[in-house]
Amino acid sequence: MATAFSTAKFSTQPFPLNPTSTTSHDSSIVFARPTSQFLGSTRKFRLTSSSKFNLSRRSKTVVAVSDVVKQKKSKSSPSLLITKEEGLDLYEDMVLGRAFEDMCAQMYYRGKMFGFVHLYNGQEAVSTGFIKLLKQQDSVVSTYRDHVHALSKGVPARAVMSELFGKTTGCCRGQGGSMHMFSREHNLLGGFAFIGEGIPVATGAAFTSKYKREVLKEADCDHVTLAFFGDGTCNNGQFFECLNMAALWKLPIVFVVENNLWAIGMSHLRATSDPHIYKKGPAFGMPGIHVDGMDVLKVREVAKEAIGRARRGEGPTLVECETYRFRGHSLADPDELRDPAEKARYAARDPITALKKYLIENSLASEAELKTIEKKIDEVVEDAVEFADESPVPSRSQLLENVFADPKGFGIGPDGRYRCEDPKFTEGTAHV
Amino acid sequence: MAAIFQGVGAAAPLSSSPSNSFDSNKSVFSPRRSFSVRKRASFAVVRSDGIVNLNPKGRSAQRLISNAVATKADSPAASSSSKPGHELLLFEALQEGLEEEMERDPRVCVMGEDVGHYGGSYKVTKGLAKRFGDLRVLDTPIAENSFTGMGIGAAMTGLRPVIEGMNMGFLLLAFNQISNNCGMLHYTSGGQFTIPVVIRGPGGVGRQLGAEHSQRLESYFQSIPGIQMVACSTPYNAKGLMKAAIRSENPVILFEHVLLYNLKERLPDEDYICNLEEAEMVRPGEHVTILTYSRMRYHVMQAAKTLVNKGYDPEVIDIRSLKPFDLHTIGNSVKKTHRVLIVEECMRTGGIGASLTAAITENFNDYLDAPIMCLSSQDVPTPYAGTLEEVTVVQPAQIVTAVEQICQ
Repeated sequence: MATAFSTAKFSTQPFPLNPTSTTSHDSSIVFARPTSQFLGSTRKFRLTSSSKFNLSRRSKTVVAVSDVVKQKKSKSSPSLLITKEEGLDLYEDMVLGRAFEDMCAQMYYRGKMFGFVHLYNGQEAVSTGFIKLLKQQDSVVSTYRDHVHALSKGVPARAVMSELFGKTTGCCRGQGGSMHMFSREHNLLGGFAFIGEGIPVATGAAFTSKYKREVLKEADCDHVTLAFFGDGTCNNGQFFECLNMAALWKLPIVFVVENNLWAIGMSHLRATSDPHIYKKGPAFGMPGIHVDGMDVLKVREVAKEAIGRARRGEGPTLVECETYRFRGHSLADPDELRDPAEKARYAARDPITALKKYLIENSLASEAELKTIEKKIDEVVEDAVEFADESPVPSRSQLLENVFADPKGFGIGPDGRYRCEDPKFTEGTAHV
Repeated sequence: MAAIFQGVGAAAPLSSSPSNSFDSNKSVFSPRRSFSVRKRASFAVVRSDGIVNLNPKGRSAQRLISNAVATKADSPAASSSSKPGHELLLFEALQEGLEEEMERDPRVCVMGEDVGHYGGSYKVTKGLAKRFGDLRVLDTPIAENSFTGMGIGAAMTGLRPVIEGMNMGFLLLAFNQISNNCGMLHYTSGGQFTIPVVIRGPGGVGRQLGAEHSQRLESYFQSIPGIQMVACSTPYNAKGLMKAAIRSENPVILFEHVLLYNLKERLPDEDYICNLEEAEMVRPGEHVTILTYSRMRYHVMQAAKTLVNKGYDPEVIDIRSLKPFDLHTIGNSVKKTHRVLIVEECMRTGGIGASLTAAITENFNDYLDAPIMCLSSQDVPTPYAGTLEEVTVVQPAQIVTAVEQICQ
């Protein structure tokens, strides 16, 4: 295995995909709200996608955008991207995500949860940036790295923690686990263990939204679906098939790529012929946007545009968020392949620290207020653990309850009665 | 092709017992409608006593009612013009069932390759796109896994899609979605989301279609928890099962057969469904229970003709529900005849017959006088050459020999 070779090769290069964003990050995060120039730039993307992978060309278009916004900034009076309320809301959501995941790691090592647990540390800006813009009726589809998507969508921390502990009070009654978070109430459609298999489900949810509007004549139905998935998924057939269908039928969906550069131990650059994922959008007839996924405000701006497009019926968007996971792929991953220098570089771009800095520098919040939020979140997470600890484990009778929505599906037994009428059945001791 | 089958059906002699309660179909939707059973008693193919009433207590009540009315004998002499109901080919029956459900519930939609403008590869969805529009009868690109997943996502969010695999074999590409999401999602979500999809398509060994177009996927899907599988074999049960599958809250896979689409039968005018979990009694008998489904039903009935001439009295049951098995109908039959022959088109290894053999042995071993015999297709990829293809599937002569062997 040429591991030494591969790590050496890619760590010496500066992260090649977005040189300008590195520079724009060095300066303040603040830039004025981008206009529809943003979408105008997708036409440029379309053109460049047909040409060869050309770093300088691509960076030119990105520069073009930030040039425009820098200009705007100097013209107008300092306008901020968020209000204080919004800022605190975003901060709280990201801190919740981080604190929750850290607690998960602790609980895992204490033997309270088992199996494959994939933590989201470092990627909070993507979840918060997108999901906080949604309404309750909008849907979110995620992957196995779904705890924070669930929390951002509104699933109570207690329900998620209980689910992780495998208790009946979990959001899926303990039957799903870490990789299968579902919530009907909050329209979280999963939680999928196989990468790529959630994207068609998201496409279906978007299809329903369009169907409701056009066939069932619910004229005000403008529900949007967000599909979150990673860089590894972008080489999977289901990704491309769904890009095609979504663009074909102009479905109200946003495909959000959380490109954290690594699919377990497989570097994105080693797995992908053209690593610029956003370029694949225009190939299917939708805009492809690349955004700094470590910056919640940038993500939020892009998200507003993309979600707005979908709501207006203009069709899907592909958004590639450059982000990073601070921990390994899962709690079982020794994480030996990633270069410590790369990790350090991204740790310096911690989205929570960045937002904190922004809020304080722009006098949107004081240290004390943020500390209060952090303390509150600590309590929420502690409470979630306590709740989960005290919740009951599923009893035997729960085993067969949700196999079928209509339990007649278990069939007719030798005595002529439906099996589900057998009292032993509900006890879970009946032989199916 | 159709004529042969029809002829076989018509010639199958009814058992001479006076309590000829099985010749009229009781598959009516509600007890109030049981009177309508009488009208359709005239077609000569022996029909099942598959009772549709979903209330199990009501089921036995239904049987009693139908016993009373079934004394009205089948009269082949009755002219067709005075017969109520309407004649349909099997694919038309499927279409009618689908259309009725789409009228009844605006959330029912169809998706698949060439289901819209083309009308379906076997014309099951013909005319539906014109009537209901391109979004309700959706022509998808060739992406089985993704459009099946899309159907599942749509089902989770409130629609009731009918997903067509142009050929059942193509659904192998959708196995990921069918197994993980269709079957399991209701469970892993703790019961929060239901997946009321119907996945249907033509399968089975046809006329020299080659190995890949002649697959029987029921054996691959049967282990998936959370799904139901049914196989239709007559226009009557095709329409009934289609409607029941669409109305069911569970994901149902409906297996159709490429060679059965042109069967003709007279169907009742009124609304009816066939119970998804029940088997169909095709021909009551005393000597041996023959369990079959889909196309093999007709090979069995053809063999039954020969067997009757030889003095045997086989009981033929079309199991219809491949998952779960109707152990009640099957069990009662086993308890009566004590001999079982399974005739299926599935492969020998790991097929429906294998599972059925296990289920019968587990539940009714004490009632068996002879080991269960299972006739299945050979474990070979279906060859193109006609002569070879013929011997991969079970032929009536083999069925006759098997019965003779069992009844020794």
